[in-house]
Amino acid sequence: MSVGERLPHESAHLHVSGAAPYADDIPLPANALHGAFGLSSVAHGRIAALDLAAVAAFPGVHAVLTARDIPGENNCAPVIKDDPILADGLVQYAGQTMFLVLADSHDAARRAARKATVRYEKLPAIFDIREALAAESFVAPTRTLVRGEPIERLAAAPQRLKGTMTLGGQDHFYLEGQVAFAVPQEDGGMLVVSSTQHPSEVQHLVAHALGLESHDVTVQCRRMGGGFGGKETQAALIACAAAVAAWRTKRPVKLRLDRDDDMVATGKRHEFIADYDVGFDAEGRILALDVMMASRCGYSMDLSAAVNDRAVCHVDNAYFLEHVRIVSHRCKTNTVSNTAFRGFGGPQGMMVIESVIDEIARSLGRDPIDVRRVNFYGVGPRDTTPYGMTVEDNVMPRIASELEASSAYRERREAVARHNRGNTATKRGLAFTPVKFGISFNATLFNQAGALVHVYTDGSVLVNHGGTEMGQGLYTKVLQVVAETFGLSRENVRASTTDTSKVPNTSATAASAGSDLNGKAAEAAALAVRARMAEVAAQEMSVEVTAIRFAGGKVHGGPREMTFAAVARKAYERRVSLSSSGFYRTPKIHWDRDKLTGRPFFYFAYGAAVAEVEIDVGTGENRLLRVDILHDVGRSLNPAIDLGQIEGGFLQGMGWLTTEELCWNAEGHLITHAPSTYKIPTAREWPADARVSLLDNSNVEDTIHRSKAVGEPPLMLGMSVFFALRDAVAACGSGRESPRLRAPATPEALLDAIDSLRGTTNAIPARKVPA
Amino acid sequence: MASPPEEKQRPARFLLDGHVVEAADASPTTTLLQYLRGPLGRCGTKEGCAEGDCGACTVVVGEPHGEGMRYRAVNSCIRFVPTLDGKEVVTVESLRAPDGTLHPVQQALVEAHASQCGFCTPGFVMSLFALWLEREAVTREAAVEALSGNLCRCTGYRPILDAAMRMHGLGPSTHWPKGTEHDARRRAQVPVDPQPVRTPGYFAPRTIAALAQAYLEAPDSLLLAGGTDVGLWVTKQLRDLPPILYLGDVAELDRIVEKDGALEIGAAASLTDGYGAIVARYPMLAELAERFGSPPVRNSGTLCGNVANGSPIGDSMPVLIALGSEVVLRRGEQERVLPMEALYLGYRKSAMQPGEFVRAVRVPLPRADRHVATYKISKRRDQDISAVCAAFAFTLRGGNVEEARIAYGGMAATPKRAAAAEDALRGKPWSATSVRAAIEALARDFAPIDDMRASAAYRQRMAGALLERFHAQTTGASA
Repeated sequence: MSVGERLPHESAHLHVSGAAPYADDIPLPANALHGAFGLSSVAHGRIAALDLAAVAAFPGVHAVLTARDIPGENNCAPVIKDDPILADGLVQYAGQTMFLVLADSHDAARRAARKATVRYEKLPAIFDIREALAAESFVAPTRTLVRGEPIERLAAAPQRLKGTMTLGGQDHFYLEGQVAFAVPQEDGGMLVVSSTQHPSEVQHLVAHALGLESHDVTVQCRRMGGGFGGKETQAALIACAAAVAAWRTKRPVKLRLDRDDDMVATGKRHEFIADYDVGFDAEGRILALDVMMASRCGYSMDLSAAVNDRAVCHVDNAYFLEHVRIVSHRCKTNTVSNTAFRGFGGPQGMMVIESVIDEIARSLGRDPIDVRRVNFYGVGPRDTTPYGMTVEDNVMPRIASELEASSAYRERREAVARHNRGNTATKRGLAFTPVKFGISFNATLFNQAGALVHVYTDGSVLVNHGGTEMGQGLYTKVLQVVAETFGLSRENVRASTTDTSKVPNTSATAASAGSDLNGKAAEAAALAVRARMAEVAAQEMSVEVTAIRFAGGKVHGGPREMTFAAVARKAYERRVSLSSSGFYRTPKIHWDRDKLTGRPFFYFAYGAAVAEVEIDVGTGENRLLRVDILHDVGRSLNPAIDLGQIEGGFLQGMGWLTTEELCWNAEGHLITHAPSTYKIPTAREWPADARVSLLDNSNVEDTIHRSKAVGEPPLMLGMSVFFALRDAVAACGSGRESPRLRAPATPEALLDAIDSLRGTTNAIPARKVPA
Repeated sequence: MASPPEEKQRPARFLLDGHVVEAADASPTTTLLQYLRGPLGRCGTKEGCAEGDCGACTVVVGEPHGEGMRYRAVNSCIRFVPTLDGKEVVTVESLRAPDGTLHPVQQALVEAHASQCGFCTPGFVMSLFALWLEREAVTREAAVEALSGNLCRCTGYRPILDAAMRMHGLGPSTHWPKGTEHDARRRAQVPVDPQPVRTPGYFAPRTIAALAQAYLEAPDSLLLAGGTDVGLWVTKQLRDLPPILYLGDVAELDRIVEKDGALEIGAAASLTDGYGAIVARYPMLAELAERFGSPPVRNSGTLCGNVANGSPIGDSMPVLIALGSEVVLRRGEQERVLPMEALYLGYRKSAMQPGEFVRAVRVPLPRADRHVATYKISKRRDQDISAVCAAFAFTLRGGNVEEARIAYGGMAATPKRAAAAEDALRGKPWSATSVRAAIEALARDFAPIDDMRASAAYRQRMAGALLERFHAQTTGASA
């Protein structure tokens, strides 16, 4: 009655009224201070002299903090302790935080921060992936996954080709920048309100920075103005700095990064390169694949090992790779430490195989959709992934058939060819790309969640869980699950702010697993309370407890019924607890991180897209004419919210691969650090002709109401646009050569690809801009 | 500019939810966003970028117009508070009725599932509210254009566009009725004061003569118009500005008239109004007008400000130069007229004397024998800064080029004519051969730079490609 309905986002009425408070909107005590970071201006160097006198003397400044002011650990990194909150003698990227100014106003703090005089002893810096590979500069050990006999099979393959791929990074561009405030509490405690996807990790890192224990620190987050992975680990820097400042000054401190500082100082999606060597047969079936992937991790580890592991686990995408070797390098560079971003390495891994398949198809003169299809995982045979997991829920062949028909792929392929024969100024391209994305954190231990459900004596219900709301509709879905469990409507249930003092030891809201984990935990808590209420109701109505049903706001006992509120009241009178915690751990999963084998994922989410584009051959300008999407969310908890995730994910993925270009200059400074220069899609980019559907499916695994995760997978539907552009570029040549198209496919990149195809110039590598 | 002691100090006053706000505590450069979120405690309006590029801060500003009011969306993050004198400010908090009933714009967004994280939503609400006031129905294209200044990172925009097309069908708002009598009522509430706004470091004269005199006396003042660039000097560069002379309160400057064969656009006329008048005469410039900034930027920014600022990547100048536009410069009581291209001496260096300002731009009226076009290349179609902006105004006779005026933005340190390319075409047949010769000449005209928008090589090539596009469009040939 609640689950499966198209209910609005629980805060929709507040969003549209400006009445949904975000961290920066919460009133602070009158004596609060505002912080701003001082950022390094060199990419690698020793801080020889840091003169902060003019900063401290700036009007309105209360204090200036450096690494020495941190009472505990100077670290905000999640895995190994290699991200200082404030640089201590050494800076490793341009934009690294060196000091923190505290002033009466945000404006004064920002102005003062620019008054520092810093002398650096510059050290050699590495910026790009090939340089790092040559220098063997890595943040984590190289990992290799081998299955079968790839080298032997490659040598024996009837057809073989080699290629390379360049993929840009991506800024999260959450509309709400990073922000936290910290308020000292009694007896040495600290309250931190943080815009974070991971309150527990912020809690731990703040405690370590302050030399406190976890129970001394409370972290809260009601909502974020977007996260996309950018507030999974990156929020800790801001929260820790605010907490250190509050601890030092004994005053509330707010730290909100200006957009430019946010983009310069916090991590992004990893850039990747890949070199590949593939052997295949006349149909395009891959017989053996050898891939070298390398990513730009930046100066520290952050989550890069896990991101790259997930990239390795998604090189197969939807395809059976019997004989395969994947070598994954995690390059250390003097750039901001790259981090989680929706898809978490998965998109980059998939781009490799999609490029490979596209090239195979062109070399054979076959339609790429046909080559994709012959390589799909089978149902029964050909169904184990390179990392040894059996694909038990393969719906990709079905999705491909349904989408091919509903999108009129074959007819449109003909129409595109006709257009291209008749036009020299514009070319069109069409592409089908699939997505198969593994759901669960690769690291098994994170796949757990807790929740808390209270029923009050008036029958109203409150739920709290460890997940965070960043717009994805997690709170809405959890409310629906709890309401469903009690036979109530959603309005009878309220969700309260995520708070480490309510539900402890939580995982990040990440890996698309928010609803799977927290939905199940909340259901478990609600079921526990419901079981006690059922006992009470059975006694009140003199029926067997097995006869009790919760539905429509009532508790039914055979012919009799009581209101839900009446049962709650009776339970209270009978001194029966109306509150329970709930806990969930994902079953069946296991993962050997060193061997890269196991069953890391509970199940897979699937989808596919068909995109059609047109490019101007003279300028590289282009537009998306139409997109058709069919996506698998299992049995949807809320089709309206799931549709929103699919559409938004698609456009974000398209932005990554088209207009969103991060540029660094020769000194390693990011020069696209604001929306004036970094271009995410606008409303214009959403095509007038978009046909998005949910696959009629149910999860084969026992997930919450048989739904599937939907946060990340749709991002990779955006690949269809890139490959449609590649198809259009290919039409500028014979159609048989593979265009060397780098991502993002900006107009300039498209023109370069056309040039390389026509042999008019050499392929141009990614641009470098002088300082 | 120190105000003489005998001059009466007066802070700005504006109307907000039916009450007059006297902004005595706002500095000359306090932004409306800072003022709303700080002293006024209205945190519904958000900061996403503080440079007018994301739209999270969008509010609607109403000003007396004719008998009623004219409401337009603006970016509050780069709008200085004193410039709101005599206006009405409408924010996202203004729309919901006291009993909680949502405005049709808000209701449409809820019903369309158009908010996810919700942080951009107040800005979308206000852009759509301006559209709701302006129209009785909205097409998809109108919605896309109205929302080009609002970024959303969550939804993919489809539900927001759906809401835009649905909002007028949800009936009237009792809390914010549309119609002339309601506008007249609001207009009566807007504070009116014969005294100009004058506070330490800020003066907003009411007449051209007073403005010219004040600027002559204090030529180091900063002449402020729409503030869509100057705002960033404060929010991004954290510059301390000299005393501000605001020209937006000079009613005589907010005029667009046809005079002596030209369209004269006054210094206070917004880009919206300026381009509206230009496009009415040159319909082929509609696309450039629509791709210039975004509606909130065009509603605040002025055409003369764009011209006077002289950025090498400003999109107005190439076409205005190609058309042979002139600038009317005023200094004290003197006026002189310059061809627009003569204004630009070097990177952000102009021919204006101290105390001199652009009083108006004069755009020649269309001629039947002249072919005009302007094209813009950018990474993203909407609300992006040009890598290259090209403009062409050609007189063709008997298949020959009689007159060729070509100007580019993004190719040099200033907006610039392509003299060599023009020479290569003048008197020649308007043919592919001539175009190729002109493209070769472009290499002598320009030596563009590499930056984050494009490489030098790409820019140079686009300069030629756009000339080819113009040739194709004027001859019906395929490029």
